[in-house]
Amino acid sequence: MIQIEKLRKTYRGRGRELTAVDGVDLSVREGEIFGVLGRSGAGKSTLLRCVNLLERPDEGRIEVAGRDLLALSGGELRAARQGIGMIHQHFGLLSSRTVAGNVAFPLEVMGVPRAERAARVDELLDLVGLTEHAGAYPAQISGGQKQRVGIARALAGRPKVLLSDEATSALDPETTASILALLRDLRDRLGLTVLLITHEMDVVKRICDSAAIMRDGRVVESGTVRELLLRPGSELARDLFPLPAADVRPGTTVVDVTFEGDAADRPFVSSLARTYAIDVNILGGAVEEVGGTRIGRLRIELPGDPDLNAAQLAHLREAGLTVEVHPSPGTEVAA
Amino acid sequence: MTWDEIWPLLRQGTVETLQMTVWATMITAVAGVLLGLALVVTDRRGLAPLPAVHHLLGLVVNVGRSIPFIILLVALLPLTRALVGTTIGTTAAIVPLAISAIPFYARLVETSLREVDPGVVDAAHAMGASRVQIAGKVLLREARPGLLAGLTVTFVALIGYSAMAGAIGGGGLGDIAIRYGYQRFENSVMVAVVAVIVVLVQIVQLLGDRLVRRLSHR
Repeated sequence: MIQIEKLRKTYRGRGRELTAVDGVDLSVREGEIFGVLGRSGAGKSTLLRCVNLLERPDEGRIEVAGRDLLALSGGELRAARQGIGMIHQHFGLLSSRTVAGNVAFPLEVMGVPRAERAARVDELLDLVGLTEHAGAYPAQISGGQKQRVGIARALAGRPKVLLSDEATSALDPETTASILALLRDLRDRLGLTVLLITHEMDVVKRICDSAAIMRDGRVVESGTVRELLLRPGSELARDLFPLPAADVRPGTTVVDVTFEGDAADRPFVSSLARTYAIDVNILGGAVEEVGGTRIGRLRIELPGDPDLNAAQLAHLREAGLTVEVHPSPGTEVAA
Repeated sequence: MTWDEIWPLLRQGTVETLQMTVWATMITAVAGVLLGLALVVTDRRGLAPLPAVHHLLGLVVNVGRSIPFIILLVALLPLTRALVGTTIGTTAAIVPLAISAIPFYARLVETSLREVDPGVVDAAHAMGASRVQIAGKVLLREARPGLLAGLTVTFVALIGYSAMAGAIGGGGLGDIAIRYGYQRFENSVMVAVVAVIVVLVQIVQLLGDRLVRRLSHR
């Protein structure tokens, strides 16, 4: 639904150059919620703003719903933007208009006749559960309600694609959860494709099907969330299951085991200990609910060097677990 | 002078002052909003960046604001004659009053428009709004309370300036204050005129504030 190829954007000013987006490729499938995760300054906001050309990239290609946006004229681009909804961190609501007036605004921009407008506004407010607040001004409602207005407004033109620019970053945790639930619900009901950027791991964990991690203008890893969490050495997994740096004692093997779904329910630690009659030491770990399945990561310590534990590691792999062995200091000396 | 003599003077002066200032304010409102909008829109980061035009407009506004009103009054006599056919009387005074107030108000308009949340402008771009739609439905609409507050300030300033317009026979309360109060030492007239002006300013400010409050939903 969204194809981004070799996108590059450099800001120039007063002798300084900043490449905010440095050769990014991204592909968002129809109907999925794709999260771009990164710290502030990673370039994710610029990337998102390039998708509806609020920022013009210096190089690259952007295709949304099969249309090459960079090839469009001014008028065509405005029409195309009407089919791409966007929600913003600070909502971007008109303070001089009521909730209903704000939702009507894009309809006015599109030239929808007045009579149709009122009916559509009612429909949209109902969709986000704000019917009661139709006559309120933005200053009179809460942050979560403001973002609901922002969502209703973004959906006015029946877009296929919704862009979310840190939509929950100005909200408290409970409100964030309810807005994320609403976004997922709307995706399911309207078949939206959602591209969101965030610096909160929690957002990716809660609603994203796929994710990309951005750093210094580049995508360092991307894929479905499940795939990323199970991939050895993945940053997403490291962020979601923070474990301290491994301190491998000589004569032991430290292993990070990642498990999902059914494997999470099987007692692999005790089975390992029983089968090989060894003591298994648990160093840390966490289990998270991600996209409806349980994914967890456990760091365990086995007696003996890694080469003595080949059978044990194979045992874990056969059980459907992803196994990462930390190099022990001894192996480095040997090498 | 007795109260019976002062009263008709005051009434006539008030009517003339209001004629001058209300007309001048209305002209200023239209021209000042257009000029202020042009300043914001042509700015380097505006909707239609035209730095050369922006600097030229800025220069015109600054020059307009630099000239003392009493000088402008005299300097504009040929223009006034060309526009309204005469250089004396209330109607003639409207021309210099409006011309001095337009750049003043344009700066206030500019400030108000710049205070509009850039996030809202951004959101409007993302919705596919045209520049004309953004200027009308976002900038001017969102800045309405500020535009009106600025116009109130301008109106009050014009009441003050209108007193000077008496110097070219513009009439009004200022004219009465000078001719009777100052030149003929009629202190009672002076006090009465000042009192009327104070009341006028109070009323204008009060109405302006009330309207601003009604329009503001921040």
